[in-house]
Amino acid sequence: MASNNYPTPMLDVLEDGPWPSFITGIKNLRDNHPDERIQNVTNGLLGQLEHSYETKMGYWKGGTISVFGYGGGIIPRFSEVGDKFPESREFHTLRVQPPAGNFYDSAMLRQLADSWEKWGSGLQTFHGQTGNIMFIGSDSKSFQHFFDEINDYGWDLGGAGPCVRTAMSCIGGARCEMSNCNEQAIHRHLVNSFTDDVHRPALPYKFKFKVSGCPNDCQNAIERADMAVIGTWRDHKAINQDEWKAFVAEKGRDYVIDNVITRCTSGSLSLGDDDSLIADETNCVRSMHCMNVVPKAIHPGEDKGVTILMGGKRTLKIGDLMGIVIVPFMKLENDDDYEQIIELAEEVIDFWAENGLEHERCGEMIERIGLVNFLEGIGVDPDPNMIHQPRNVSYVRMDGWDEAAEEWFDRKREEKMAS
Amino acid sequence: MAAPQMREPIETGAPDGFQYMHPAMRRNFGTWAYHEDVQPGVMVHVAKYGSDKVWTIKAGTQRILDVFTLRKLMDIADEKGDGFIQFTIRSNIQFFVDSEEKVLPLVAALEDAGFPVGGTRNSVASISHTQGWLHCDIPGTDASGVVKAMMDELLPYWRGWDMPNRVHLTTSCCQINCGGQGDIAINVQHTKPPKIDHSLVGNVCERPSVVARCPVAAIRPAMVDGKPSLEVDEKKCICCGACYPPCPPMQINDYEYTQLAIWIGGNHSNARGKPTFQRLVAAGVPNNPPRWPEATAIVKKILDVYKDSARDWERINEWVERIGWPRFFELTGLPFTKYHIDNWRGARANLNSSTHIRF
Ligand code: SF4
Ligand code: SF4
Repeated sequence: MASNNYPTPMLDVLEDGPWPSFITGIKNLRDNHPDERIQNVTNGLLGQLEHSYETKMGYWKGGTISVFGYGGGIIPRFSEVGDKFPESREFHTLRVQPPAGNFYDSAMLRQLADSWEKWGSGLQTFHGQTGNIMFIGSDSKSFQHFFDEINDYGWDLGGAGPCVRTAMSCIGGARCEMSNCNEQAIHRHLVNSFTDDVHRPALPYKFKFKVSGCPNDCQNAIERADMAVIGTWRDHKAINQDEWKAFVAEKGRDYVIDNVITRCTSGSLSLGDDDSLIADETNCVRSMHCMNVVPKAIHPGEDKGVTILMGGKRTLKIGDLMGIVIVPFMKLENDDDYEQIIELAEEVIDFWAENGLEHERCGEMIERIGLVNFLEGIGVDPDPNMIHQPRNVSYVRMDGWDEAAEEWFDRKREEKMAS
Repeated sequence: MAAPQMREPIETGAPDGFQYMHPAMRRNFGTWAYHEDVQPGVMVHVAKYGSDKVWTIKAGTQRILDVFTLRKLMDIADEKGDGFIQFTIRSNIQFFVDSEEKVLPLVAALEDAGFPVGGTRNSVASISHTQGWLHCDIPGTDASGVVKAMMDELLPYWRGWDMPNRVHLTTSCCQINCGGQGDIAINVQHTKPPKIDHSLVGNVCERPSVVARCPVAAIRPAMVDGKPSLEVDEKKCICCGACYPPCPPMQINDYEYTQLAIWIGGNHSNARGKPTFQRLVAAGVPNNPPRWPEATAIVKKILDVYKDSARDWERINEWVERIGWPRFFELTGLPFTKYHIDNWRGARANLNSSTHIRF
């Protein structure tokens, strides 16, 4: 059976060593899978990959294909060396949206594996960098069948191209004491309000939602999401002084001062003579350190909500950008609250769709037009939490100052009356 | 001829995760009291109300999973665990069980099947990676192979709790960097302008959008050999490869001149300091399959120096901020060059305008 296998001397080296080997896995499909189609396609894939290792070049090119009714969600891959390795000439990837929080039970994963084995190469990844399940390796005869089959039992494609992309959320409330929001509800409320924009790419470029349940930001939302939703709280953090004192007794005052008290970003902690924790709550910036070190004793407060930042992205085109605070705090408890965050997302996507240049991420547009124009475009008032510090150059026209100041005082009055 | 009857898609979007969640996690959603780290790769979370506890066992995989491997993992989940799993952002698999007796047999089953348990707390987590030669259309290197080769070497760091704080590694096989920010990032760096096949550009590329894609406006439309094509001002070109995806005849990848660069200090967390971007520390690292030993050696050197010199809880960016960059280069033995000095927009913020100097 092995006689017509492509030789893979360089890839074979990656079967050595203790970490699990993807090469061993692919070879296992080639050598031991009952379906000859899968044996062949994985053989071709290994042949082409070996060729890449030898020549240090990639040999896949893109194209456009999609399932019936959608404009995106599939990454087409046609081989440039298909004459040499005809078995894997077409090797398209289907991007499938994972459940919010990336939870699976074994029965569902087995069902997905069975469907994929029937139509595709038998290779998949949980998950790609955007957050999709990547079903790697189907051809033009099979991808529609595979999609139809899994779509029937609840799975939908993610985004590819200039569109709203698959969202991500942390494990959060399901298993983390730091959580301040229902990450998965936020994830689904947001991305599932834009299914049309996910499946039919018509935006300037990609748009990503990511949700982290606390400022530890396990989903890298600030650095990677056009709209980052991060759980936080606005009352005092909860301190269990008994657990805290037990921690001090175990570790000693010196350790606690060196590793917790003096490491608070804003210097808002001190250690009482009786070993109690004294917190200057007006200066807590929710920087998580004390909770991360002593999770038994310190927790987020009770008045929970989210902070929303916008405009994060990686290098292309103008360099990496972090998100900027747009909403310092928003409650997310009832339907109206969720309606409000969806409306905000709609405002932003509409404004960006109107004003963004081709291939310009939301953050790049903000950089080009300035934060103030963006805020005015989406109808959000300026807030000092949006800045690190005020401008330091006088080159700005300020003849609208009096009205702006008046608006500030009006808003403050309204806030006071509302509270 | 009648068109074939096509099935309309059901646009359900992201499925609800609660249906696949361990019942104890569903019961205690949003009401966890605290967690403890039991041993490397194992945590226990304790519910605030009632007596539920959930143990998490985290294991590394090859990420490009074949159906056999996926089923093996599911067999372990069913036989030794409770049948519920989750994947982390770095593609590690987590198994959940609700009783302590199940933990050690589950760990043993994973280890026996070749899935190393670890990656929690102050360890080196598995490298988040991209697609590479296996199935990307623009890669300068492989991704899964780089990760396999490095994790073979970094396994003790994955299993141990020896680092000052957690370390996130990432790789990217082009300069778009879909691998993201990391405490240490191993990324492709091209060092020569694209080689243009002028016979193809006119047909294959939408020229104005390619021109617009270039970050330094180095591309202009031109007629070459009587055909519409594109020209690159090679003095301006920063060799980023941004023109290659929209215009494949502008080949940026090269056997020799596509290299690797190493960046450190990307930290997504708001814990202690604000999130930070990674910084260039080394370049000119050969793209050397199948095991990329030069890149791995630099990563290990940085990890070892960090381990020895950082204080507890300092992430790599915080550690370098405390000891200063001159000391970083001294300790690691890496050369400091003119290429480390930023000249991109906002570069002034990366220069020292003070007398704060360590002697
Ligand atoms: S982001 Fe916060 S809430 Fe979410 S998993 Fe991480 S630490 Fe927990
Ligand atoms: S490689 Fe980058 S800088 Fe050079 S021409 Fe292409 S897009 Fe412009």
